[in-house]
Amino acid sequence: MGAYLVRRVLYGVLVLLGVNLFTFFLFFTVNTPDDMARLNIGGKRVSQDQIQKWKAERGYDKPLYFNEKEQGSAKFTETIFWERSVSLFALKFGRADGEAGGDISHEIKTRMVASFLLALPTLILTVLVTVSFALLLTFFRNTVVDFWGVVLCVAMLSISALFYIIVGQFFFSKLMKLFPISGFSTGIDLLKFLVLPVILSMLARLGGDARLNRAMFLEEISRDYVRTARAKGLSEITVLFKHVLKNALIPIITNIGAYLPYVFMGSLVFESFFGIPGLGSYVIDAIGGQDFAIVRTMVFIGSVLYITSYILIDILYTVVDPRVRLA
Amino acid sequence: MPKIVLLWTDIVIWLMVVAGMVVIWHARRSPNLRKNWAYVGQEPSAMAALIVMACFVAIGLLDSVHFRRLLPDAPTTTTQTSARIASYATKTESLLDVIMSRQIQMREKSYSLPLAYQGFLKESQEVNGKTERIFPRLEHGGRHLTDPQVQWQQDVISRAAKGVVAGALFAFLVTLLVAAALAQKQGQNIAKTWEAIATNQTTIPWRAMLITVFALCVIAGPILSLAGHYHVLGTDRTGNDILYQALKSVRTAFVIGSLTTIATLPFALVLGVAAGYFKGWVDDVIQYLYTTLSSIPSILLIAACVLMIQVFIDKNPQLFETGIERADLKLFFLCIILGVTGWASLCRLLRAETMKLRELDYVQAARAFGASPWRIMAKHIVPNVMHLVLITTVLSFSELVLYEAVLSYVGVGVDPSMNSFGGMINLARSEMGREPTVWWSFASAFVFMVTLVLSANLLADAVRDAFDPRARKFRKSFIKPQPVAA
Repeated sequence: MGAYLVRRVLYGVLVLLGVNLFTFFLFFTVNTPDDMARLNIGGKRVSQDQIQKWKAERGYDKPLYFNEKEQGSAKFTETIFWERSVSLFALKFGRADGEAGGDISHEIKTRMVASFLLALPTLILTVLVTVSFALLLTFFRNTVVDFWGVVLCVAMLSISALFYIIVGQFFFSKLMKLFPISGFSTGIDLLKFLVLPVILSMLARLGGDARLNRAMFLEEISRDYVRTARAKGLSEITVLFKHVLKNALIPIITNIGAYLPYVFMGSLVFESFFGIPGLGSYVIDAIGGQDFAIVRTMVFIGSVLYITSYILIDILYTVVDPRVRLA
Repeated sequence: MPKIVLLWTDIVIWLMVVAGMVVIWHARRSPNLRKNWAYVGQEPSAMAALIVMACFVAIGLLDSVHFRRLLPDAPTTTTQTSARIASYATKTESLLDVIMSRQIQMREKSYSLPLAYQGFLKESQEVNGKTERIFPRLEHGGRHLTDPQVQWQQDVISRAAKGVVAGALFAFLVTLLVAAALAQKQGQNIAKTWEAIATNQTTIPWRAMLITVFALCVIAGPILSLAGHYHVLGTDRTGNDILYQALKSVRTAFVIGSLTTIATLPFALVLGVAAGYFKGWVDDVIQYLYTTLSSIPSILLIAACVLMIQVFIDKNPQLFETGIERADLKLFFLCIILGVTGWASLCRLLRAETMKLRELDYVQAARAFGASPWRIMAKHIVPNVMHLVLITTVLSFSELVLYEAVLSYVGVGVDPSMNSFGGMINLARSEMGREPTVWWSFASAFVFMVTLVLSANLLADAVRDAFDPRARKFRKSFIKPQPVAA
């Protein structure tokens, strides 16, 4: 297991290297820093002086990969590639491209907490509700309840998350005034800001996830070990919870895994709709303001989180299913 | 003669139509495919969804024939026709625009409720010499009414009723025609066929399909009869007809849903099959490629690419003759980006399936006969993984349509000048917060989008059940519960 983990981590670093090279190529070679400067300053007529100043302020006036003017190792370190791509591995993210140009590391540190506060309850609630709903449908399989449950799932997964948010905000915040429309706070106050986004975010995923889980459960329920369990005289509830659920955990965990990076990165849409100052709304603002430095950094962080969560999931597999051996 | 404008997405759409025909022709000849498609054809929900989809496709195709009108005052004094330069309107129109030209002309000043005859917001107007705050009469909506307060309700109801009756009659006619055609084909008398349809005894679920046709006609009838005189779904902030916007959005959704999948196919198919077949270092490289690509959160990757395209388009404005061409190219690139960033999952599937297939006897035999790897892959492996491609394609269609809305919200979606459901929802966000609420634009986007995505989902489910042997087994047990211990 130890050797396996080391291999996985090394492969992850390799992948991260690829991600970095790719984003660097995309952001600096497809379009030159001059183009970025022109876009960022805005307006049709931008003088060369302005561009030079913009680039110098952000350190984009250096050569891309190799600096001939410098001596020794500075030939490599005094380049955009070193400062903007290699240093990401040291978690040095530099300043943002925008005029205010705050320090990205500081922003990420403060915003990560907000994202986490929204995403973790969402994840837990989503898993609980979708799994229980799927178990319910499985319990009532081949009946009217199951049929209409599946119809409901298909209908729900055909509705865009944006509709859930807009309708939810309209009814619960604007008409019934149960929750504030958007905002964020600290302490116990936070709860009332989080209830609505958490519930809506769960609803938006309910249809698809519940249907998927139901399919998993149904596949398990036709296996021999279930028949054996029933033959032993166990009740249907015991069969479902003790046998079917346990054996269907692997696909459920895989599904959670796909969601895990967003626990830290935040959900773009939900955060910006509900005014939660997390990483998701940071990205949206960056895209709106065409701040490439932030987008690049977030691509890097997103990939790190993705790779880490997949390693975590592999470990989780061995926990829930002793048959899985990592080697 | 108007100048036909072939936009990039138009070309792809019509190529897809041709490809679709070829696929149908091919499927008709192959007994295996025919059986699978027949399975889809027996699913009532899928066939009902198919009819709805067909309507959307028709709208999308009508909107994919673009041209620029010849300007009437083109200089004709010169005798040399070869030297004459025809001048065309700067606006590119589509056939749908021509059909809905009345809706385009009926532009109001601002918001108006569905079927309204007066504006939604009060305006200062001079009434009998005094300035008063009143609801202004609309310029076009309900203009034929002389005394709207009295006539309006009556007028709307009578027009709607006429539309319902006409729609129902049309649907009845279609039903009769279908019954007659079926009777002719089976050599039965028409009464018996009618009874078979009514009791759902036909192999193809004609009853469900005809009910869908009836529902569609009854909805479309009143809309058609009212559309000439009212804004059936109201108008937006700049007074544009919402119905027109919603119908225009259908094409955008289709382009995103279908073109993207087309863009993923070459990568996924070639790389996936090659990785699975060759194994070794080829497999390692391809695996590395798609792991890298899929480890970047998709929305960030798309945002990054779209921002780059944006820079490129801003840098080269001379490449586009009209605004619509620019918007179209942006959409085209968006689909390509979605495709290039989204092939990882299908590639993984195909790789696994190819690894299984390459060990099978018939592939081994082909290898023993000395067939080249490329020939084996093209002749023996690709046809046998096509069901996976088909299933993934149809399943991803609705996801992509939903995704477009999110992308537009994030600001990396289609051009703001192009109608799309995402754009409509995006605007609706602030409108829903207004007092009084402007709800109709949002509601229209909702209804159209849900109808489109839901029918796509139903169709996709049936296709998956038909082509995925595992899902088929599963579904049978669900539909017909086996008698326990019989």
